[in-house]
Amino acid sequence: MSTALRRSSVAPPAPAPGRAGKRPRPARARGAYKGLLFTLPFLVGFLATYVIPIGYAVYQSLYQKKSSGLGFGPTRTVFTGLANFTDTFSDTSFWSSIVRVVLLGAIQIPVMLGISLLMALLLDSVAARAVRFFRSALLIPYVIPTVVSTLIWLFLYSPTGSPIHDVLGRAGADFDFFGGVATYLALGNVLTWQGIGFNMILISAALQSLPREMYEAAHLDGAGEWRIAWSVKVPNITGILVLTGMFSVIARLQLFGEPLILRQVAPESINTDFTPMLAIYYKAFQTGEYQYAAAQSLILALVTGVLALAYFRFTNRGAK
Amino acid sequence: MSTANVKSPMAPSLRAKAVTTGLLVLFVLYSLAPTWFLLVSSTKNQTDLYSTFGLWFSANHFMDNLREIWAFHDHLFVRWIGNSILYSGVGALGSTLISVAAGYGLAKFDFRGRSAIFGTIVGASLLPGTLLALPLYLLFAQIGLTNTVWSVLIPYFVNPFGVYLGKVYADSSVPAELLEAARIDGAGELRTFWSISLKLMTTGAITIFMLDFVGIWNNFFLPLFMLNGERSFPVTLGLFAWEKQSQSGINMNTLVLTGSLLSIIPLAVFMFALQKYWRSGVLVGSVK
Repeated sequence: MSTALRRSSVAPPAPAPGRAGKRPRPARARGAYKGLLFTLPFLVGFLATYVIPIGYAVYQSLYQKKSSGLGFGPTRTVFTGLANFTDTFSDTSFWSSIVRVVLLGAIQIPVMLGISLLMALLLDSVAARAVRFFRSALLIPYVIPTVVSTLIWLFLYSPTGSPIHDVLGRAGADFDFFGGVATYLALGNVLTWQGIGFNMILISAALQSLPREMYEAAHLDGAGEWRIAWSVKVPNITGILVLTGMFSVIARLQLFGEPLILRQVAPESINTDFTPMLAIYYKAFQTGEYQYAAAQSLILALVTGVLALAYFRFTNRGAK
Repeated sequence: MSTANVKSPMAPSLRAKAVTTGLLVLFVLYSLAPTWFLLVSSTKNQTDLYSTFGLWFSANHFMDNLREIWAFHDHLFVRWIGNSILYSGVGALGSTLISVAAGYGLAKFDFRGRSAIFGTIVGASLLPGTLLALPLYLLFAQIGLTNTVWSVLIPYFVNPFGVYLGKVYADSSVPAELLEAARIDGAGELRTFWSISLKLMTTGAITIFMLDFVGIWNNFFLPLFMLNGERSFPVTLGLFAWEKQSQSGINMNTLVLTGSLLSIIPLAVFMFALQKYWRSGVLVGSVK
């Protein structure tokens, strides 16, 4: 009801802003600029923390540090145009870090969202009292800060004092969580563990907003719960699955905290350019190549945008 | 025959129930076991940590661990918790006020450029914070702001997603007729906002505050880029620093584990107290 009322009062002045119609609304038309004043603190902040920093990063990325003499003299910062960008384009370790996180995401995201979807569907068919308990329990990992959850898993992966290794050892088995491909398993598991609950909540919300009649008809036709879940519920919540998928893709491209913490125990398996953000971080703060790191940040932003868009296009076409 | 007809839809539903519960329990265990491990570990001393089974208790050393954390480097850990409360509290408060005001302005006034601003906000809220960390650092280093409280607070104040939520809440909870009436009565826009609209948007404002608070508490990369001095760290960064030291020789595992557990407690209390807002926030943010 209130939506309808609001619509009718907002819509008329919209086509002719600033011009008083035959039914003048003086307060709205004349005072509209005041809305900008309410938005102003945010806009100033946005300028200071988004626009100017990005602009400054663009500016920085056009320079390089050059040391005079034999490398012992003081360094000078000189304008080098697009050199940092052309360097990045031919920097194979940077691109392989992007490929690495994309491959990791290609497996980890479907697994995580699959489990979230499964949990949401199961909760949708369980008695209401049980739902609250299961939902809260599944959400606990989401509440735990990334640093803490990664630290917990770091202890669980470590060969000494870990209950996982205790059990494996008793069974006469052994597993190195940071050996080769296992590193991806270790990292993917941390990400999945953290992500299941939150994505489940989003999917649950979408499920709850489906009209009951939609699958009551299927019930009457004798369809079982699994069949209803698969052929009625899932096709109607592809929107939220695409959205959670896109958020996850963006997050994987920025993957940083988890590998940074895990590499404290496995520096050989997770090297300094394991993910693009790790490469940028170590470039900036270990070797001091700020300008190069700035260029890489900008390229990563661009790649993220392009991949997010491509993902969106691709999944939307699949959904239709 | 007729009984078979009645039974056949029932029998699989029983089996389905068992499978359903089984799967749920399995993933609940997966979600809880690591947290349980943290809880158990925080009661152990260094030797028991390595010599006893990780998922069950041995001699209780929780108080010793607490004492050790309390005393370590002149109450450093308490300071970190204090910093986290400061950054999260002030950061979320500032961000909430700015977001609610901006959302209100965007929802209730038809000024020029409104839709362009809103579009930018939606786009920016998709931009992950990690990407901005280096550009922000470079700029703040240039103007000498790094290593100050402001280097983390200022970025926390600006939250496009908060503005988006603010607009959604203003749209749904402040009726246009009420604003018209206030204007006819001659109330100034600022006063109307402060004494009428803000009150109507309380639920939304608390939700934004809570999401911000949790987000800042869990944040780790912005302080990692901006802050250098150990005493200015939030607790997440502090724990990472301890873990780093732990790997380079000095074994501080009991500190790291007990500290990790302690760092969750304020957040858990906070989340629990504001539970109902939490739900509405996530739902508004996702479904709209």
